[in-house]
Amino acid sequence: MSIDKDTAAHVARLARIRVEEEDLPALASEFNRILGFIEQLNEVDVEGVEPMVSVTPMRLKRRPDVVTDGNMQEKILSNAPDAREGFFAVPKVVE
Amino acid sequence: MLDLTFDAPKPKVISGATGDWELVIGMEVHAQVASKAKLFSGASTEFGAEPNSNVSFVDAAMPGMLPVINEFCVEQAVRTGLGLKAQINLVSAFDRKNYFYPDLPQGYQISQLYHPIVGEGEVLVEMGPGLARRVRIERIHIEQDAGKSIHDMDPHMSFVDLNRTGVALMEIVSRPDIRGPEEAAAYIAKLRQIMRYLGTCDGNMQNGNLRADVNVSVCRPGDYEKYLETGDFGHLGTRCEIKNMNSMRFIQAAIEYEARRQIAILEDGGTVDQETRLFDPDKGETRSMRSKEEAHDYRYFPCPDLLPLEIEQEWVDAIRDSLPELPDEKKARFITEFGLSDYDASVLTADVEAARFFEKVAEGRDGKMAANWVINELFGRLKKDGLEIGESPIGAERLGAIIELISRGDISGKIAKQVFEIAYTTGREPAEIVETEGLKQVTDTGAIEAAVDEVIAANPAQVEKARENPKLVGWFVGQVMKATGGKANPKAVNETVRARLGL
Repeated sequence: MSIDKDTAAHVARLARIRVEEEDLPALASEFNRILGFIEQLNEVDVEGVEPMVSVTPMRLKRRPDVVTDGNMQEKILSNAPDAREGFFAVPKVVE
Repeated sequence: MLDLTFDAPKPKVISGATGDWELVIGMEVHAQVASKAKLFSGASTEFGAEPNSNVSFVDAAMPGMLPVINEFCVEQAVRTGLGLKAQINLVSAFDRKNYFYPDLPQGYQISQLYHPIVGEGEVLVEMGPGLARRVRIERIHIEQDAGKSIHDMDPHMSFVDLNRTGVALMEIVSRPDIRGPEEAAAYIAKLRQIMRYLGTCDGNMQNGNLRADVNVSVCRPGDYEKYLETGDFGHLGTRCEIKNMNSMRFIQAAIEYEARRQIAILEDGGTVDQETRLFDPDKGETRSMRSKEEAHDYRYFPCPDLLPLEIEQEWVDAIRDSLPELPDEKKARFITEFGLSDYDASVLTADVEAARFFEKVAEGRDGKMAANWVINELFGRLKKDGLEIGESPIGAERLGAIIELISRGDISGKIAKQVFEIAYTTGREPAEIVETEGLKQVTDTGAIEAAVDEVIAANPAQVEKARENPKLVGWFVGQVMKATGGKANPKAVNETVRARLGL
């Protein structure tokens, strides 16, 4: 698989990262180097090997259904560029 | 014994200009888990709180925060799966579904794409006596809900409330086995009923705790059967997904509109584009959500913050052992144990609270009579006052006491309705009402004979007529009942009138 300039632009757009037109070829080639490395990994025969998900033998940590957090509207909104009446205020997004 | 022999209902057919079309519908139902805290944070799930007050730093996606799973939510998903006779996967895993939207601060939703916790199951959707659709469930997975955007508070800004962000949802995905708008509504109603029995989701559609994405396509008669035989979706039409509906009425209207829209395109020689659409209830139309198209590239990948979710068979078995009697079984039991009709049993088991209420009324009493009183008198009265069964001013014990008074012959059915009304409005004991108000039925033969004689003596002309036309006995019975304030035993009055008139 090869990443062209348009695909690089699409990926950047999906990630909401602004990339200038002149930087796209470099980005595309960087993607291709990464994918090339992945392809190299794909050559390893892992038939019958369980995927390793953690380096330590841990079980997913669970918590009981108890309310222990919240009630800090002011703190939650404190980094917002704009907040009104307890809401985050963002540029209008309507379907 | 449970009678599970049903015929499949006929699919909905729409006649077009070029022939008949059939509908094929699959649904993704999002059910909010009835938990106190969120799926991955300790913030409350309470509805209607101040905006952004039920939000933790995890929900707000502050840097460095890590999700820790709420075990209760996992249990509810397993419980729901068992209630839908589904396979439970002892190992499941979480994935990130990436997209940008202001009410999703993480920039991704934690979901289960590749390894859902629940696999294939089924739901029996009854469409009438002996008529039911078996809808196959493909999977149920656990995921986070997003926040809420409000667009009408300001002309230039959207307001975002993250209270719902991170609340646990169960997404129940069906196979395309639903064949019409009514079946779609009945399917949701059945899921809602089962989950309310299980206690895993409160089913409150108005609050958005149960909502559905509906996939609609149309095909020619015979095509669907080919799909069933081969499993090849190529036999079906291109589908459109109508997003996020939380009203049974709108779901039906949207399906109806969407099917006709697709048929019009196809009959015009066009092709249906696979896309996401929104239903506009004011216009009664669906319209394309163009902005969603690019967002469809979700770039799923395993969530690096969470280990796979491993559960133990013993735990699943313990949950299975704790399952309550489910609607289908309860209904069958009501029919066999209490001798109820199919219809009455359906009405009484529609809601788990109503079913419990009925069982208390019926316990040790006449089941059919109890069903009549609960359905006709109580439900009718509650409906008049706009009350739910849980808010009934008269409890099961008191309603049962009224039925006992009738069974013992202390009051007639007609007087019982008076007693019911008094007990309902005042909360007084039925036996005390009968005593205090002097409503006890007169079974004393002497008193009845005296009343009959009085009516006969006062109406010689009617007596003449009655001897020729015995149907007039009813008129005399009516007069006597009136004279005794309805308290005379109607059967005794009838017999005495007949005897006195020599009929």
